[in-house]
Amino acid sequence: MGDDSRPAPTVDEERAAVDTAPTDAADADPDARLLVRLRAGDEAAFSELVDRWSAPMLRVALIHTGTRAVAEEAVQDTWLAVLQGLDRFEGRSTLRTWVFRILLYTCRGKAERERRVPPISDVQRSAGEMTGRRAFAEDRFLPSDHPHWPGHWSQPPRSWMRTPDDALLGSELRQHLSQAVAALPERQRQVLVLRDVEGWTSEEVCRLLGVLPGNQRVLLHRARSTVRAALEPYLTVERP
Amino acid sequence: MTDTDDLACIELVELVTDYLEDALEPDVRARFEQHLPSCPGCEEHLEQVRRTIQVLGALPQDERLSPQTRARLLDAFREWRAHPQPEA
Ligand SMILES: [Zn+2]
Repeated sequence: MGDDSRPAPTVDEERAAVDTAPTDAADADPDARLLVRLRAGDEAAFSELVDRWSAPMLRVALIHTGTRAVAEEAVQDTWLAVLQGLDRFEGRSTLRTWVFRILLYTCRGKAERERRVPPISDVQRSAGEMTGRRAFAEDRFLPSDHPHWPGHWSQPPRSWMRTPDDALLGSELRQHLSQAVAALPERQRQVLVLRDVEGWTSEEVCRLLGVLPGNQRVLLHRARSTVRAALEPYLTVERP
Repeated sequence: MTDTDDLACIELVELVTDYLEDALEPDVRARFEQHLPSCPGCEEHLEQVRRTIQVLGALPQDERLSPQTRARLLDAFREWRAHPQPEA
């Protein structure tokens, strides 16, 4: 009780995880056939990939670049870089992971140029975002020296409205949701968007971002906790 | 509730993601699941996290490249195909 922090993984641990991350061989890549066609110069394969992946790429790019125009530019530059690098792609990651990794580098470069922020490594970024906010303010719970119910709710969450999905995503709520996601620290936002918006598996996200599974869960947990808290005022049932 | 193994709510809420990811140690998972039925606050919280994930998954997915960009990319592909070994 009261031990509220997990041991923070060290920078070395995370770097080691990146280096030794299981490589998914090309034969395990669901897009292996498309890759073969692509290399053979099959334009239909290229346009299929562009059409299938550009939407998620744009959404991921928007996380980093902030504006639609720059995001589109980043996606375009990424596809151009993919063409340039295709002959050298060794299939040590899946095609999708490789393409999105190029996208992240492209976006990072653009964002840094625009905001003139000093570049910091992904590992430093993750480490900085692992700590921080808890799911609830501590005063939502009874103190740890409470005689009967230490650490139990003093103000439990009030129930949320039960609404059908379309009503749930009314424009006001959707706007607040998007703002809450946009306000997340970058690493948390990447993990949350890929996992919960785009529906990627944790393995894929770890591979793309080069984070340990445990760290990925911490980032996801912080992000979901923040977004849940942001939705609270809009979904809590009013008291009569 | 006098069970010393009982999780406090303040601990449980920080384990929700690991629970949903099926990443809890078996004994912690057992304590987690033992806590829930007797605690409406934690049950509600877990439900709210599930709803949050559901709402995130329902965000509109309507981004699309402009026709100009798409056309430019297809041009670039034809260019690339015509020159399969670009000079480094
Ligand atoms: Zn509880």
